Amino acid sequence: MSTTVNSNAGASASASTSTRGSDGRVFSYYPGCSQMAMNRAYDVSTRSVAARLGLELVELEDWNCCGATAYVAIREEQAFVLSARNLALAEQAGRPLVTACSGCFVVLNKANKYMAEDPELRSDITRALAAGSMRYRGTVAVRHFLDVVVNDVGEETVRAQVTRPLTGLKVAAYHGCQFSRPFGERADPEFPDTMDRLVNWLGGETVPFALKAKCCGGLMMTTQPDVGRALTGKILKAAKEAGADCVITCCPLCQFNLEGFQRRVGAAVGCDCALPVLYFTQLMGHAFGLDARALALGDSLTPVAELLHREAVHS
Amino acid sequence: MAVASLDLREVFLQKLYSIPNGRKVNECIQCGTCSASCPTSHAMDYSPREIIAALRAGMLDRVLRSNTVWLCSSCYSCSVRCPAGIPFTDVMYELKRLGVKHRIGDKGAPNTVMAREFVHLVDRRGRNHEPALIRQYFLHTNPLRALRQFPLALRLWWRGRMPLRGHTIKGAAGLRRMMAAIEENGSK
Ligand code: SF4
Ligand code: SF4
Repeated sequence: MSTTVNSNAGASASASTSTRGSDGRVFSYYPGCSQMAMNRAYDVSTRSVAARLGLELVELEDWNCCGATAYVAIREEQAFVLSARNLALAEQAGRPLVTACSGCFVVLNKANKYMAEDPELRSDITRALAAGSMRYRGTVAVRHFLDVVVNDVGEETVRAQVTRPLTGLKVAAYHGCQFSRPFGERADPEFPDTMDRLVNWLGGETVPFALKAKCCGGLMMTTQPDVGRALTGKILKAAKEAGADCVITCCPLCQFNLEGFQRRVGAAVGCDCALPVLYFTQLMGHAFGLDARALALGDSLTPVAELLHREAVHS
Repeated sequence: MAVASLDLREVFLQKLYSIPNGRKVNECIQCGTCSASCPTSHAMDYSPREIIAALRAGMLDRVLRSNTVWLCSSCYSCSVRCPAGIPFTDVMYELKRLGVKHRIGDKGAPNTVMAREFVHLVDRRGRNHEPALIRQYFLHTNPLRALRQFPLALRLWWRGRMPLRGHTIKGAAGLRRMMAAIEENGSK
């Protein structure tokens, strides 16, 4: 069990969340803005593996942007309105909310908790929602798709789908900084092992990777390139030094930073940082025997298809 | 608008106290765990620990005028490790908003431009549209630097990762009404 309750983060266990109206297999699916554009491969591969695992993802009707880390840095309560509208839509649909984006997950989950804990905030948000003829009673559970696959679907079902085991493949499981934070309800906030367990079920192995939850720099790759490159560089360098054949991610921003700037990042940290980077959903889908199109492997900026082909030949 | 340093502290604390666990800021023991855990503190003029020291000394204006707060990437390393349970990431968010609201700090700093353009897009469409965000960002900062990104943009476009059209949600008008309502009645 990797479930850790982290009291330091200030989370209270009193959040009134439940999975009412669901048999645990049907979710309202929140793709997130990035999966509509630069990181659509994550959306495509998530839907493909979900279908294999018997998870029904019903796209949340008319969802809006969660606000990410930028909106709340300018306006506080408005940022909560963005989350609350999505939660209200999910409540209406009567299903728990699942997203594969770690950024969206943190924002929606945190807003859900803060609204449950802070009556003043809740009543402000309730009035705002009412102005758009919506309401939220606080009954929706927010989940990360990775957490659902590993902790709900579980080992037996995942293993049963594997037709191309990842024998001999060494993977750096980069969870990123958002997936298990700030509350650490379902994975350790310092050393999450959710993807390590998954890779193991797929027949591969993960390398020891101390930077698995270190920040990639997020938007700083664009706004403060020197800082962004140093952070991303450390991660790629550590993965290489650990002997990994590839890095897997569970966040679109991590994925983009790690795959999109390898030459400049390598120059910044003085090391060859070329390494295939792919979503955990793509790696899982490959092990399930899904084809390149179902996993949008052609979207990759690193030689992912070549890596998996080589892998398939070896096994 | 000039706000005296000490007033700034009062304004800040009042805001911070309204956040869950915000009052814990008073329990900081200056251990420096946050600074040591922070992936970007090496580039900050004031490290996370020093920010709390500056708050106590009534010197928040100096922090806001420095490069510090917008170097926070919201990674929550500080928050999950702080032995006093201080939600330090929220402290950083509050400082960002304080600077924006009272126009203290570098208005043209790249991270601020990015955040403002993002808010702009989301307010209008209800969704972010990455190609538009990046275009607006470079237009408002350094258009020449955009040229260096061109090869990458081309590779993305070639793979269909740069759709030209964004999406506007059906509920955009309703969302605007909600935003107007909280602008008017919000208690925070
Ligand atoms: S980790 Fe917490 S207690 Fe230690 S200096 Fe930072 S804010 Fe203060
Ligand atoms: S949340 Fe911000 S201040 Fe805290 S460790 Fe991360 S970057 Fe540093």
